[in-house]
Amino acid sequence: MVKVQIWGSLRSMTDDCEFVEVEASTFKGVLDALVRAHPALKEQIDAGVSMGIDGLIVRESWFYPVKPDSEVVLMPLMQGG
Amino acid sequence: MALDEYQKRDFKVIGKRVSRPDGIDKVTGRALYGADFYAPGMLVGKVLRSPHAHAKINSIDTSAAAKLPGVKAIVTGNDWPGHAAGEALMVQENNLAMGKALFDGHGVAAVAATSPDVADAALKLIKVDYELLPHVTDIAEAVKPGSPIVTEGVRGKKVPEDMSDNCTGYCAFGHGDLEAGFAKADLILERTFKTSSTHQGYIEPHACLATFGPDGRADLFCCTQGHYYIRQLCAEILGLDQSSIRVTASEIGGGFGGKTTAFIEPIAMLLSQKAGRPVKMVMTRDEVFKATGPTVASMSDIKIGMTSDGKITAAEALIRYEGGAWHNDTIYPGAQSAFACYDLEAVMARGVNVLTNRPKQAAYRAPGAPQSIYAVESVIDEMCQQLGLDPIDTRLKNAAKKGTKSSYGPTYDEIGLIPLLEAAKAHPHYSAPLGKNQGRGFSCGFWFNFGGETSVTLGINFDGTATLVEGNPDIGGSRASMSMMAAEELGIPYEKVRTVIADTASLGHNEVSHGSRVTFAVGLATIKAARAAIKEMCRRAAAVWGIDEDAVVWEDGFAKPAGPNAGDHEPMSLAEIAKNSPRTGGPISGHHEVTAEGAGVSFGVHLCDLEVDPETGATEVKRYTVFQDAGKAIHPDYVEGQMQGGAVQGIGWALNEEYIYGSDGRLQNAGFLDYRIPVASDLPKIDTVILEIPNPGHPYGVRGVGETGIVPPLAALSNAVSHAIGKRMFELPMSPPRILAAIKDA
Amino acid sequence: MSNIHVTTKINGDETEFLARADETLLDALRDRLRLTGAKEGCGTGDCGACSVTLDGRLVCSCLVLAAEANGKAVNTVEGMAEGETLHPLQQKFLDHAALQCGICTPGILVAAKSLLAKNPDPTETEVRYWLAGNLCRCTGYDKIINAVMDAAAEMRRA
Repeated sequence: MVKVQIWGSLRSMTDDCEFVEVEASTFKGVLDALVRAHPALKEQIDAGVSMGIDGLIVRESWFYPVKPDSEVVLMPLMQGG
Repeated sequence: MALDEYQKRDFKVIGKRVSRPDGIDKVTGRALYGADFYAPGMLVGKVLRSPHAHAKINSIDTSAAAKLPGVKAIVTGNDWPGHAAGEALMVQENNLAMGKALFDGHGVAAVAATSPDVADAALKLIKVDYELLPHVTDIAEAVKPGSPIVTEGVRGKKVPEDMSDNCTGYCAFGHGDLEAGFAKADLILERTFKTSSTHQGYIEPHACLATFGPDGRADLFCCTQGHYYIRQLCAEILGLDQSSIRVTASEIGGGFGGKTTAFIEPIAMLLSQKAGRPVKMVMTRDEVFKATGPTVASMSDIKIGMTSDGKITAAEALIRYEGGAWHNDTIYPGAQSAFACYDLEAVMARGVNVLTNRPKQAAYRAPGAPQSIYAVESVIDEMCQQLGLDPIDTRLKNAAKKGTKSSYGPTYDEIGLIPLLEAAKAHPHYSAPLGKNQGRGFSCGFWFNFGGETSVTLGINFDGTATLVEGNPDIGGSRASMSMMAAEELGIPYEKVRTVIADTASLGHNEVSHGSRVTFAVGLATIKAARAAIKEMCRRAAAVWGIDEDAVVWEDGFAKPAGPNAGDHEPMSLAEIAKNSPRTGGPISGHHEVTAEGAGVSFGVHLCDLEVDPETGATEVKRYTVFQDAGKAIHPDYVEGQMQGGAVQGIGWALNEEYIYGSDGRLQNAGFLDYRIPVASDLPKIDTVILEIPNPGHPYGVRGVGETGIVPPLAALSNAVSHAIGKRMFELPMSPPRILAAIKDA
Repeated sequence: MSNIHVTTKINGDETEFLARADETLLDALRDRLRLTGAKEGCGTGDCGACSVTLDGRLVCSCLVLAAEANGKAVNTVEGMAEGETLHPLQQKFLDHAALQCGICTPGILVAAKSLLAKNPDPTETEVRYWLAGNLCRCTGYDKIINAVMDAAAEMRRA
């Protein structure tokens, strides 16, 4: 199981949980599992999210590997200027 | 994948200050920018813009204009085909209004005519029936319940109850127990800060030349940071296949984030389609200020708790950003970056996006971070002052480092903040004596950087030279850096590699040149493309020698047998392999396509000394030093250039630049005379110190550098002024009237 | 409005063209003669990107009527190099990385050349004030000043 940290303003979609545990081994796997666990997250996830995986900010790569003990932090989609 | 990319090595080409490939064209006037293109039969396109901040458009009568000889096409918002959704729809509506004028300068109609004179005359003949509506341009007013509402029905979920329906977004990031944290503090400060909307200020106005033929194919030349994104936007707005549009990026005269979207290109396409001829559009400076994308204005509440020996125990922020009449997400990076420099047990940063009757914001170097970090670094400075603590020692005490859980979530890997702080503390600037009416300011800064979609191809020419084809407009000297990386890998001289930026038809997709991504991501792809070409060249050598592919290595531009067992073969140069390539299998290229991940975050710290004239409130920056972690400086001149350029934009933002609106909702200072950016005589030398803490995600350790430089100046200058006059400043820009008011208010 | 016939010398070459009475020299150079080195950054004389010299005097060509060039000599960035040989200012700009996007570069080169013709040994402050009419948004001016000072030194040695 992978522990995913949910950012503050999204926690109202996860019954106020800061962490959600899911079964997944890739970036996309995490997203799909999150939506199954908490369907209210779908809108934000469809709009685009990035993920901090073991300290690296992965902008949007479905097959980026996630280990069971990885630190996974859901983040808004990266922007730039 | 990413975290094991970096390999320490001695470089032959990387790190040298080589001459840039586009240099001669630019110093002789040969280089072609957006407005430098002409086509046979070309028409001139111009836009009629609303003089009202907020108005219903009841009707637009173009009949008189259509009769004017020389007018070949007229379009309004009614002519949009209706395919666009999401961001593309907002861009479309921003280009030409759809039923409502939402800001002073909003496009409502456009004409294509045989000359600029005829186009101007035609615009004057277009009759628009406006019904004025109440407007709001000030962020503080727009947030209050009872404010005029810009657009109904877009209130964001979870926006606090006491904020108006102009608030379209809310976000929050953080961790820990704030109450417990504040309880541990010896000093708690709560302060509010305001910054004004500023413009990226690129000297080149937007310009494009569109040819949209009756066969449904289009050619577009434009100055842009991202020609693939322009293709994507135009395709979506006009209902075309992406493969039907070919966009060529001209040389670009500055972007800084402001040229990452489309302000006239869709209009030019529409006009060209209707007129059946090429249409050239060039914005005036007035239009650039009024109708392109300035950065968000902000109002931020900061609360920080600190022990008497300088440990931050809790930190909280509420940032409110206004980015014009459409929703934008700048509060996300703004809130995430606010406390990103610090190792905090209890932290929460919240953001609210507010609509106003102003132009649609666009990115400006590290969007969102300068505003929030300005506020945070100002409070920390004031707390150091009150507690009698050294500003840099206090940062060192709280600095984020490897293993710190960031304020926005992920745990940091190897980062450069502490080395930067130590370098600043040890630098002669920090201990130089100050004169009368002078003050010294310090600030940290941070930016994310990212990778993104990248496609490159490296062709090995028959004469042993190489051509690198990439798809990212060069906004900072990147062509030189790409050539350097290719040359380093191939083992051939830098002069033998030419980098060209291809049009959208020549390569797979390339993400916009933004997010400080180009040296990192395009560089990574270039290195991998070179390695792919090398692999193929080794295979050819092996075939010629009749040995196994694995028995060949590449060294300094030559294929060599891997060891004595591989046989006694003379090394084969790249040039020789290239020359024989038609006969050994065909032309040789390496290519690499990737969505690059592994971009490292970058930190910067700035020191600023300035002097205030107590009679006039005028400021003079006396000394400025930028410290930044580049991971690996591929071409030190260009890294320095980014640091200096970003710092000076920040200086302008802090001291002079602001959008000034009248009570009628109209922009008062839409020109360079009254929107005052720094000039050469305003500034001292900008000293630079580059540190290199390698990014594990790039083969050479590169971190993006383009954006971070604009983040620290705002607080560095505000802190310097505050020290110089002995009064805290809470609003930018610190123009002379504001400084005088603060002095007199003592 | 009928056109005015203008006879002028541009970068040493005799040139004739037609211009409207209200047409700027900048527009004539760019749109009629395709000398696109001079750029329009603002159209109001605030940015200096359109700098050229008119009978040796540094002007913003967006504030000069094309008709005013009649009988006068215009010099633009396109005339600075001599064949293959760059002017020292141009070379120093490359050597010092004094340009990033390069849009302000033609105007600054023309302005700097004009300065050094009047004052071959300027101080850094004099260079900064002379170039105060040329806006650059990319560089922060640092490397531009280095390049102009270095070019001045080289030109004094020649």
